[in-house]
Amino acid sequence: MSAALVRISDLHKSYGITPVLRGVDLEVRQGEVTCVIGPSGSGKSTLLRCVNHLEKINAGEVEVDGELIGYRRRRGRLHELKDRAITRQRAAIGMVSQNFNLFPHLTVLENVIEAPMGVLGLGRAEAVARATELVARVGLAGRESSYPRQLSGGQQQRIAIARALAMEPKLMLFDEPTSALDPELVGEVLAVMADLAEAGMTMVVVTHEMAFARQVADTVVFLDEGRVVESGPPGELLVAPRHARTREFLARVL
Amino acid sequence: MTASTDLAPPPTTRTAPVDTVVPLRRPGRWVSAALVLVVLAAAVRSIVTNDAFQWDVVAEYFTADVVLRGLGTTLWLTVLTLVLGFALGTALAVLRLSGNPVLVGVSWGYVWVFRSVPMLVQLLFWFNIGALYPTLSFGIPFGPDFVSVSSTNLVGPTAAVVIGLTLHEAAYAAEIVRGGVVSVEQGQVEAALALGMGRGRILRRIVLPQAMRSIVPAAGNALIGTLKGTSVVSVLAVQDLLFSVQLIYNRNYLIIPLLLVATVWYVVVTSVLSAAQYYVERYYARGAARALPPTPWQRLKGRLR
Repeated sequence: MSAALVRISDLHKSYGITPVLRGVDLEVRQGEVTCVIGPSGSGKSTLLRCVNHLEKINAGEVEVDGELIGYRRRRGRLHELKDRAITRQRAAIGMVSQNFNLFPHLTVLENVIEAPMGVLGLGRAEAVARATELVARVGLAGRESSYPRQLSGGQQQRIAIARALAMEPKLMLFDEPTSALDPELVGEVLAVMADLAEAGMTMVVVTHEMAFARQVADTVVFLDEGRVVESGPPGELLVAPRHARTREFLARVL
Repeated sequence: MTASTDLAPPPTTRTAPVDTVVPLRRPGRWVSAALVLVVLAAAVRSIVTNDAFQWDVVAEYFTADVVLRGLGTTLWLTVLTLVLGFALGTALAVLRLSGNPVLVGVSWGYVWVFRSVPMLVQLLFWFNIGALYPTLSFGIPFGPDFVSVSSTNLVGPTAAVVIGLTLHEAAYAAEIVRGGVVSVEQGQVEAALALGMGRGRILRRIVLPQAMRSIVPAAGNALIGTLKGTSVVSVLAVQDLLFSVQLIYNRNYLIIPLLLVATVWYVVVTSVLSAAQYYVERYYARGAARALPPTPWQRLKGRLR
């Protein structure tokens, strides 16, 4: 059994006076895929956004690879890090969002090489070589000079995955990666993600695709009202949930 | 179904004959178009045949040295104002969008003041700055001065004009740039943050290029406004296009034809700028549509081929 790459403990987060996360504990081991499921408004996306500090947290802590994310501890208090330090932490954590958010004014190739060149300081030749390989890996070889709007939703999402992978992250976060896609395009994105899991990438996936969770996840976490209700291997949690709330939710989505 | 049609579907699928579609006739359109053309023709005829326009005088002075020098002044004033104004305006927009309430307030206050004061009034203030501050000093605030100069020496008519036009332009530019930045989807910034990009780089590489799509049309408007706005500098006897023709007609009293000289030049420069704007907009539209529409030039070439 390998060590935990992500360790979240007693994470609290509220927007104004509305609590969203009320003490979440979660561990993700190196090389494992964790799928987070739950009803809308349960805090799934917020949880992911806390892992790369797109959201400031109210209490608790998030650790990735043994490093506290977004804060440093001094005399029993958490001090928020400077932008530059947070930026460095984010560079090692890939994120793919529901709306792809490719940069529309840049071509596919430019989208993928932008951060490796600008953030990691890679030379153009090296960045282009890496990008070309990744674009091929997500099945879109030859589309490097297309603009995002010339691609289908599924193709855009695959490029978004390639763009995140170009930073060679140690962890990939997926925030409902297929929710904005037409049903017939969902499969191609999930296939790329399954390949990635196969290759040993550590992944946290917020999803409504139960079939994907069943086949690819090592652990499924059910989140409701800002708390982890239960977690376990998909064979147990999806088949024989222990809690009534989980059963209720699964009955509605399966 | 007529038997002669090449594209006739298989006989089993259709039995009823296909009727021809006749669009609604709109006689009103023809009548109104004809009326407008008649009025237009009458106007053109009167302009061409009315001797008071003195088109021969217009032609004579159109490329006179004084006029061309005035045109040159107008052009460099416009360019300088645009560049400085947008540089300052972008800085103001960044302040306005920063999280710092003091900087936001200062930026807001600047825009409020400089949009409220008419440009001409402002130019007069700058020209008379010596009355407000007889000397300008460089030193530590509330402390000793290092250098001190008389402001009347420093701010002559040209400097007053450049300062006034720039500060005025910056107030509008700040709002144009801010509007453009706000129009870029927040998800773009988040995607860039998630890739580990810093704030400055995100603004330069991701936000501003996309903001340009809404900035360029507004900036083109501002540029044309500035071009014509520079004519107020003639009040301070700065020898721009308008002041140059005024110099001439004050001597020979050919007021109308010389005003026409200036007018035609303003129209020419504005037309060139509009065409340039079209191509700049096209450049920033890349990626916005699946395919860019052809330029008028490409369309013409396509038709001739």
